[in-house]
Amino acid sequence: MSVVATDIRADFPVLAREVNGHPLVYLDSAATAQKPRQVIETMERFYSESYGTVHRGVYELGREATELFEGARERIAAFLGWPADCSIFTRNATEAINLVAYAWGRENAGAGDEVLITEMEHHSNIVPWQLLCEDTGARLRYLSVSEDGELSLDELSSVLAEGRVKLLAVTHVSNVLGTVNPVEEIARLAREAGAVTVIDGAQAVPQMPVDLGAIDADFYAWTGHKALGPATGMLHGRRELLKEMRPFLGGGHMISRVERENSTWNELPWKFEAGTNAIAEAIGLGAAIDYLAEIGMERVREHERDLAAYALERLPAVDGITLYGPPSVERRGGVIPFTIEGMHPHDIAELCDRQGVCVRAGHHCAQPLMRLLGVGATARASFHVYNRREDVDRLVDALGMARKVFDL
Amino acid sequence: MDALYRDYILDHYKNPRNFGELEPHDLEFHDHNPLCGDELGVHIVVEDGRVKDLRFHGHGCAISQAAASITSEELIGMPVSEVPGLDADWVIDQLGIEISPTRRKCALLGLKVMRGATTGDASWPE
Repeated sequence: MSVVATDIRADFPVLAREVNGHPLVYLDSAATAQKPRQVIETMERFYSESYGTVHRGVYELGREATELFEGARERIAAFLGWPADCSIFTRNATEAINLVAYAWGRENAGAGDEVLITEMEHHSNIVPWQLLCEDTGARLRYLSVSEDGELSLDELSSVLAEGRVKLLAVTHVSNVLGTVNPVEEIARLAREAGAVTVIDGAQAVPQMPVDLGAIDADFYAWTGHKALGPATGMLHGRRELLKEMRPFLGGGHMISRVERENSTWNELPWKFEAGTNAIAEAIGLGAAIDYLAEIGMERVREHERDLAAYALERLPAVDGITLYGPPSVERRGGVIPFTIEGMHPHDIAELCDRQGVCVRAGHHCAQPLMRLLGVGATARASFHVYNRREDVDRLVDALGMARKVFDL
Repeated sequence: MDALYRDYILDHYKNPRNFGELEPHDLEFHDHNPLCGDELGVHIVVEDGRVKDLRFHGHGCAISQAAASITSEELIGMPVSEVPGLDADWVIDQLGIEISPTRRKCALLGLKVMRGATTGDASWPE
């Protein structure tokens, strides 16, 4: 039975609406999550009562805005178990990864080095490394994904043992397959081999307890909009590395002193936050994290596991369906990719929408993985705290109706 | 009956006309829809300045496959010089269904590739 959803749905205003004459069933939280009124109201209150720029104004509004903004950073960092001064607000997870690729990668990778990623990465954790390798002459390598959608630590160990991997970038939870990777073990193996680790936590932070101190990666990137918050991201980095790195973007706020020919840099984390921040978004993300902390991430994870298990039990009843990803819900998050014989995922999503059910269709920004699965695209249902088992039933019904339209 | 997935659309999807490859061929083109990863290629045989034969191949949704199938039927026999002048409205007229902005590129991929074979231009039909 659902662990959290029943008493929580009222917090999400969008769930009250209808789509195409049916109550909305939102099953695309892996793409972006809906927002609770606590987040919406926090941002509205900030804009209505306290809006001002941060770290600049001596006046009251500026002081309040700075307190709210830095307070959000501190609570978010504490929630994930990482120092606030090593937690940088970015535009999104993509920008966070690019920050590492430019500010660390361009200074440290070169010919003869390898950048190791995996076949299950999102484009945002592939393309920045392709660009890095093009610029520096380093070689891009991929760890393979098994038929069950998992990585092999043996393969990782043997690649690391060759001694050329300078940087390892891997996703915590796959956005396509839902696979939960053993990032603590992966970071440990990389550290022992002298490689820097970058973990893409975009799908992990929203749906499970994440303890960055325990994972102990060098960099961890994620984004707020999948975690019930607005579109602003974060990069958590190891202090020694952040200190020695050059800035990513130059501009206001990230400097200590600007001379005609050169400048010195602000302290962490502001050295990496050039220009005016997305202040309301950062404060909104603080509210989203407060909201998740109030529920408790163990309960969120349990809820996702319950819905994934229920979906894996119910969906095989749909004729012609193929499910992808790890068969065990212990090793997968709340993401269920599927295809139906004789119906393209776009058409599945279009026909589900007629029934008010939102599912994603496409390559999920993971084209190399799609080629590996041997499909051009999949449909994907993904869950968050506001979903319930009835939503899975509604999906199963919608898929049945879709098959009828296609005369299957 | 469904307003989008009409019988003839589904028929073209399930039994695409002119599907496959042509060897040898005079013109060819291959492209994809970056939004969804759908891919389409085309081979064209030209005789006396007209499209004598045409085959398309690849994978895509019902709308993109049906649009490619319907477009292929219209193109066979057409003077090659007329193909570059075909536009988005023409395809949507041929399809005979209302196309929402989210499915527009699905409907246009076939013409994009077939037009591309005659011009080398990979831009989307306007």
